[in-house]
Amino acid sequence: MNIKIVNYGAGNIKSIQFAFQRLGYNAELSSDSDKIIAADKVIFPGVGEASSAMKKLKESGLDTLIPNLKQPVLGICLGMQLMCNHSEEGNTNGLGIFNVNVKRFSNKVKVPQMGWNTISNLKSDLFKGIQEEEYMYLVHSYYAEMCDEAIATSLYEMNYASALEKDNFFGVQFHPEKSSKAGEQILKNFLKI
Amino acid sequence: MLTKRIIPCLDIKNGRTVKGVNFVDLRDAGDPVVLAKQYAELGADELVFLDIAATLENRKTMHKMVLQVAEQVNIPFTVGGGISSVEDVDALLHCGADKVSINSSAVKRPDLINELSDKFGSQCIVVAIDAKQVEGEWLVHLAGGTIPTKINLFDWAIEVEQRGAGEILFTSMDHDGTKAGFANQALAKLSDIVNIPIIASGGAGTIQHFSDTFIEGKADAALAASVFHFGEIPIAELKKELKQQEIPVRI
Repeated sequence: MNIKIVNYGAGNIKSIQFAFQRLGYNAELSSDSDKIIAADKVIFPGVGEASSAMKKLKESGLDTLIPNLKQPVLGICLGMQLMCNHSEEGNTNGLGIFNVNVKRFSNKVKVPQMGWNTISNLKSDLFKGIQEEEYMYLVHSYYAEMCDEAIATSLYEMNYASALEKDNFFGVQFHPEKSSKAGEQILKNFLKI
Repeated sequence: MLTKRIIPCLDIKNGRTVKGVNFVDLRDAGDPVVLAKQYAELGADELVFLDIAATLENRKTMHKMVLQVAEQVNIPFTVGGGISSVEDVDALLHCGADKVSINSSAVKRPDLINELSDKFGSQCIVVAIDAKQVEGEWLVHLAGGTIPTKINLFDWAIEVEQRGAGEILFTSMDHDGTKAGFANQALAKLSDIVNIPIIASGGAGTIQHFSDTFIEGKADAALAASVFHFGEIPIAELKKELKQQEIPVRI
C-alpha cells in the first residue's frame, strides 16, 4: 500500500512513521504534489502553531491540494485542526474541509490538556473494534467544537469533537501513534477504509 | 475524563539503565528499549528517560536509544539530561522523542524556555525543577539538587509558565529517596498558581502516596523510579487501587 505522510516541516513525524512500521507498512514522507495525489492513503500530521503551519502549507501549495484529494486522508492533532474552518490559534483560516471552528480551552482547566482521555459516541469505520470510553493520548490547547461531523467526542472543560469525518476526510485530535494498542487499531482501520 | 498519569523514570548512562532494575523476567534489564516496551505493556502512561552522564560522547548513544524507543514503544516519552540548546532539542525530537525536559540550563539562561517553546511548541517542553526547603523557603537547586540557588520555587514556576513551558516536573529533594510520600503541600500550591500540568516526583513509597499526591497534592501525574523498577509497586495493582479510590486512571 502506498501511504504518504504530508511533509510540510511541522512536528514530530517520526512517531507516525514508526507506528506504521510496527504495523508492517512503509509510510513515506512527501511534500511532492504528484506523489501525494498518487498515494492510496494520506496522513496529514501536525504539531506546533496553527497560523505558522497554515503559512507553510500555502507556501508549498498544499493548502489547495489537500482539500481536493480523493483518497482517504487522516489529519492528526494540529493536522485535524487545520482541516477545520478557522482556528483561534494565531486567528487563522483553515482548509475548510470540516465545517467547524477551533477554539482555545479557557483557564478554568489546565492548558494544554495533556494525557490520556476517553473517546465516546464513536460512529465511524475508523473505530471498528474500538470500545466506547477507550483511552487515547492527547496534547492540545485548542479544540474543535461539537458539530455534525463529529465521530468521537471527549470531555475536557466541555464536550468537544475529538474526531471528525466528512466524505474521504478523517481527523483525530488524539495521537493514535502514541495511544498504545487501541491507537494502532485505529491506524489499521484507516488503512482498510 | 482526563486521567492521572503514572510515569516510570529510567536513568540512563552510556545507553544503559542504571541504579539496577529488578522486576519481572527480563532478558536484559539494562536495555532501556526492552524495559520501555515492558512498561508500556504493563500500563505505564508515559516514560521519562534521564541521561545522567550527559557528556558529549554520550550524546550519540542517547540519540540511538531515543530512536529505538520511538521505533518500538507506542506510548509517549520524554528525554532529559544535558539539554541546553535549540539544536539539542531539535536532534532529540528528530529521533522521535515526544517531549524534552530541561532543568539547570533553563535556570542559567531562562530565555532558552522561550526559544524552545517558540520553535517547537509548549506541548513538548517540560521544565524540571529540583527544590528543597532552606529555612522554611522552597529554593530551586541545580545539578541534581547539589547546588542551591536563591530562586524561590513558586516564583520560578510562574516564570517558566509565562516563558512557555508546557508542563512542570517538580522533584522535592527533601522527599526524593525517602519513600515517605510526595511533597504534597508544595505540589498543591504549584497547581494553584500555574495553569499547566504538574508532575510530582520524589518520595513514592506506597500506593497510598500516589493517591495522596493526586488528591492532596493536586498533581496531574506522578513519577517514580525504584518502586517500579524493583517491582515494589506493580503498575497494574497501583492503578486498580487508585481506581477503587475513584481517582481517574487509564486501565
